Amino acid sequence: MSERESMEFDVVIVGAGPSGLATACRLAQLSSDRQLDLSICVVEKGSEVGAHILSGAVIETRALDELFPDWKERDAPLVTPVTRDQVYLLRDDQNAWSLPSALVPRTLHNEGNYIASLGNLCRWLAAQAEELGVEIFPGFAATEVLFGDQGQVIGIATGDMGVGADGEPKDSYTPGMELLARYTVFAEGCRGQLGKVLQQRYDLAAGVDPQHYGIGLKELWDVDPALHEPGLVVHGAGWPLQNGTNGGFFLYHQENNQVAVGLIVDLDYDNPWLSPYDEFQRVKQHPVIARYLKGGKRVAYGARALAKGGFNALPRMHFPGGLLVGCDAGTLNVAKLKGTHTGLKTGMLAAEEIVEAIGAGDQGGSDLAGFDARLRGSWVHEELYATRNFAPALHRLGILGGGALNYLDQNLVGGKLPFTLHDRTPDDARLRPASACSPIDYPKPDGVLSFDKLSSVFLSNTNHEEDQPCHLHLADPSIPVERNLPEFAEPAQRYCPAGVYEIVDDGAGPRLQINAQNCVHCKTCDIKDPAQNITWVAPEGGGGPNYPNM
Amino acid sequence: MKVLVAVKRVIDYNVKVRVKPDHSNVDLANVKMSINPFCEIAVEEAVRLKESGAASEVVVVSIGPKSVQDQIRAAMAMGADRGIWIETAETDLGALSIARLLAQVVRDEQPGLVLLGKQSIDSDNNQTGQMLAAMLDYPQATFASKLTVTGDEAEVTREIDGGLQTLALKLPAVVTTDLRLNEPRYIKLPDIMKAKRKPLAQTSPETLGVTPSAGLKLLSVEPPAERQGGVMVESVAALVDALKNQARVL
Ligand SMILES: Cc1cc2nc3c(=O)[nH]c(=O)nc-3n(C[C@H](O)[C@H](O)[C@H](O)COP(=O)(O)OP(=O)(O)OC[C@H]3O[C@@H](n4cnc5c(N)ncnc54)[C@H](O)[C@@H]3O)c2cc1C
Ligand code: SF4
Repeated sequence: MSERESMEFDVVIVGAGPSGLATACRLAQLSSDRQLDLSICVVEKGSEVGAHILSGAVIETRALDELFPDWKERDAPLVTPVTRDQVYLLRDDQNAWSLPSALVPRTLHNEGNYIASLGNLCRWLAAQAEELGVEIFPGFAATEVLFGDQGQVIGIATGDMGVGADGEPKDSYTPGMELLARYTVFAEGCRGQLGKVLQQRYDLAAGVDPQHYGIGLKELWDVDPALHEPGLVVHGAGWPLQNGTNGGFFLYHQENNQVAVGLIVDLDYDNPWLSPYDEFQRVKQHPVIARYLKGGKRVAYGARALAKGGFNALPRMHFPGGLLVGCDAGTLNVAKLKGTHTGLKTGMLAAEEIVEAIGAGDQGGSDLAGFDARLRGSWVHEELYATRNFAPALHRLGILGGGALNYLDQNLVGGKLPFTLHDRTPDDARLRPASACSPIDYPKPDGVLSFDKLSSVFLSNTNHEEDQPCHLHLADPSIPVERNLPEFAEPAQRYCPAGVYEIVDDGAGPRLQINAQNCVHCKTCDIKDPAQNITWVAPEGGGGPNYPNM
Repeated sequence: MKVLVAVKRVIDYNVKVRVKPDHSNVDLANVKMSINPFCEIAVEEAVRLKESGAASEVVVVSIGPKSVQDQIRAAMAMGADRGIWIETAETDLGALSIARLLAQVVRDEQPGLVLLGKQSIDSDNNQTGQMLAAMLDYPQATFASKLTVTGDEAEVTREIDGGLQTLALKLPAVVTTDLRLNEPRYIKLPDIMKAKRKPLAQTSPETLGVTPSAGLKLLSVEPPAERQGGVMVESVAALVDALKNQARVL
C-alpha cells in the first residue's frame, strides 16, 4: 500500500456535530478578529454534515446566542418555540398520571427553548463555518490519532478507502491522509472512537466515576394536521420499563406537521433479555403517545447512545496537543436532558483557549491546561455542578408531589443522583445472568404503530460499501458464542437497534453473524458488551446512516 | 480536445424516497443530494481521457439553483478543470429544456466530446443525451460501456438488449454512459480543496438565449403500493389455484 500524504492545518477538528462546528465557527471568528489567519479543518464521517446526527431535540439557545447573536437573521432552523410542557408517568399500558405544570421540575420547563432537528442545525452551522473560511470534509472518518515524539497529539489520519473485506486493496484503493495540526479538537460525540483511545493514553478519566450511558431510539412521524400542536413537548417515564430499568420517552411536535418520538433506555439495565428497540415499539402503543400518531406515517428511524454520567464522570478534557469537547467528554446535562447547548459552549471555550495560546506565539503541541479554568469559569460548569444539587431539590418536591413525582424523580430526571452518582459500576458490568432473569415477551409489531427492526433500519437510510473490512472488531471472536451466549443469551442480539448481531445456527452449532451494513453508528455495542470485547471503529468514510431532519 | 460533461444533482441513491404528504412531489428537504451516479461515471470517464492524454480539458456543466454548485465542485474534485453553472430555480426543467440549454453551451464551448449519464436516477427519462445530439446534429452513442478516443474518432461499445454493439463515431459526438463504463474514484481531500479554487462560471437561460418551456406539468406523485406479505401454500395444486384465482397471473 502506498504512503499516506499529509496536509497541515493550524487546527483540525474531528466531528461536525454541534460541538465540533461551534469550535470551528468560534475559531474562525476569533482568528479574523485577531488577524491570526488560522487554517481550520473539520472531518466528518457522515456522507454529509447532519447525516449522522440524531437528537431530540429541544434546544436551549444560550450558547447559540453567544456564538451568533443574530442567528435569527441568519435563518437558523430554529422556528418552533416550545409552547407547552407535559410530563406523564405511565402506570401501565393504558393509564398515566399527568404531572401538573407547577410540579414539573424546573429543569424540565422549556419556555424559551426551541423544538428543532439537530441535524438541520448542524447543516446550518456548517454553512456558517464555511462562510467564515473553515474547510469541512464530510465523508472522511478520522480513524487514527497521530502522536509526535514528545507523546503529544499532532493530528489524525483519515481511513483508507477501497480496501476489500479481505483487507486487500481493491482497484479503487485510495490511502487515507494525515492531517497534521498545531491543535486537534476531538468532538466525536458520545463514545468517540478516538476519544476512547485518548482517555486511555492520557488516563483522562483518572479519579472520576465511570461514564454512564443511555441508548436513544427515535422516529419521525408525519402526523394528521388536526392532531399536530407545534411547540408541544411531552416527556414521560414508567411503563413499559420496569424492575429498576431507567429511562423515559419524549414526543416533540416540530414544524411541517411532524412529530419526533423517542425512548431513552439507560444502559445500566441488568436484564439481558431487555430489548430497547422493542421497548420503544411498545411505548408507542400507549394512548398518551398513540393519540398523536394515529393516522400518521413513520418517515425516519434511528438510534444513538448518549453519555449521561454528568459532572462526576467528566474526564480531564485537555492533553498535549489537543482537547476533548462536548459529548466526546460527556458534557450533557442529564437534569435537562440536553447536551447541545453545553456541547456548543465547550466547543467555543476550546476555540478561545487555542486562540489564546496561538495568539501568544504557541507553536502547538502544548497541554492547554488553562482550559480547566476556562470551563470552571463558565456557565457549563455551573450547570453541570448544579445537577448534583438538583437531585435533593427534586427529592423534596417528590415528597410533596407523592409517589408519582418520586417515581419520575428517579426515572426521568435522574433525581436519584446522590445514590447513582458514585456508582462505580460501569454499564457493561451490570448484566445479570440470563438464567437469573425472566425473558421478556414483546408483542409482535402491528405494522401501524410498531414495526420490525429491519423495516426500521431501512428508514435510517444506512448504507455501507459491502466489500470492506468489518468495522465491528471483536478482540476475541470466540467470546460471543463461548461466553456471552451461555451466560447472557448474547444480549447484542437485543441491545443493537439495527439487527447487526445475530446468532445463527446452520447445523454446525451456533455462530455469531455480524450484519455490519445495517449499523447506524449508535455505539451501544461498544458500551454494553459484558465482555468489553467489541470495538466500534469507523467504516469507510461516508458509510452509515443518512438521517434527514433528525 | 475539450470534453464537456453534464451533471445533475439528484437525491442520493441511499436515501429512501419519500413522497410529500400532499403528493405534490418527492420530499427533498434536508435529504442527502449527490451527483447522479451515471453523470459521475461520465465525469470519471472524462477525467480518465484527460489523464491518458486523449483530452486536454474537462468542463462540467450543471443546471439548477445555487446548490448544484456542490455537484460541480465534486466533479472538479474528481479532476474536471472548470465548471459552468446555469442558474435556474429548479433542476427538473424537463429533458427538452435541459437539452436546449446544453446545446447552447456546446455551441459556445465547442467541445470535441459531450458526455452525459444515460439517465438520471430521479426522473429516469433517458432523453437528454438523445435530444441534445439531435439538436446539434452530432453522432450519438448511448449506454456506453467502453469508450476509446483516437484522433477525431471515438469507438464506443454500447450495452444493448441482445448484447454489445460497437460503433465508430466522428467527433464531435454525444456519448451517454452506462453503469459498467467505469468505477468512479474516491475523491481525495486535497483535491476537494483544490476544487474550491477552480473557476466556476455562472450563466443563465436568458444569457444563453433559451427560454425553458413548460411542456410538462407534474400532476401528482404516488409511492409504489406497499408490498403484501407472502403466503405459504400447502401443495402444488393450491399454488396453481392461488396463481389463477388470487394473483390472476395464469
Ligand atoms: C435520542 C436523543 C435525544 C436527545 N435530545 C436532546 C434534546 O432534546 N436537547 C439537547 O440539547 N440534546 C439532546 N440530546 C443530546 C445531544 O444530541 C448531544 O448532546 C449532542 O448531539 C452532542 O453534540 P456533539 O457535537 O458533542 O456530538 P454529536 O452530535 O454526536 O456529533 C458528533 C459528530 O462527529 C462525527 N464523528 C464521530 N466520530 C468521528 C470520527 N472518528 N471521524 C469523523 N467524524 C466523526 C459524527 O458523525 C457526528 O456527526 C439527545 C440525544 C439523543 C441520543
Ligand atoms: S452494531 Fe453497534 S454501533 Fe452499530 S447499530 Fe448495532 S449497537 Fe449500534
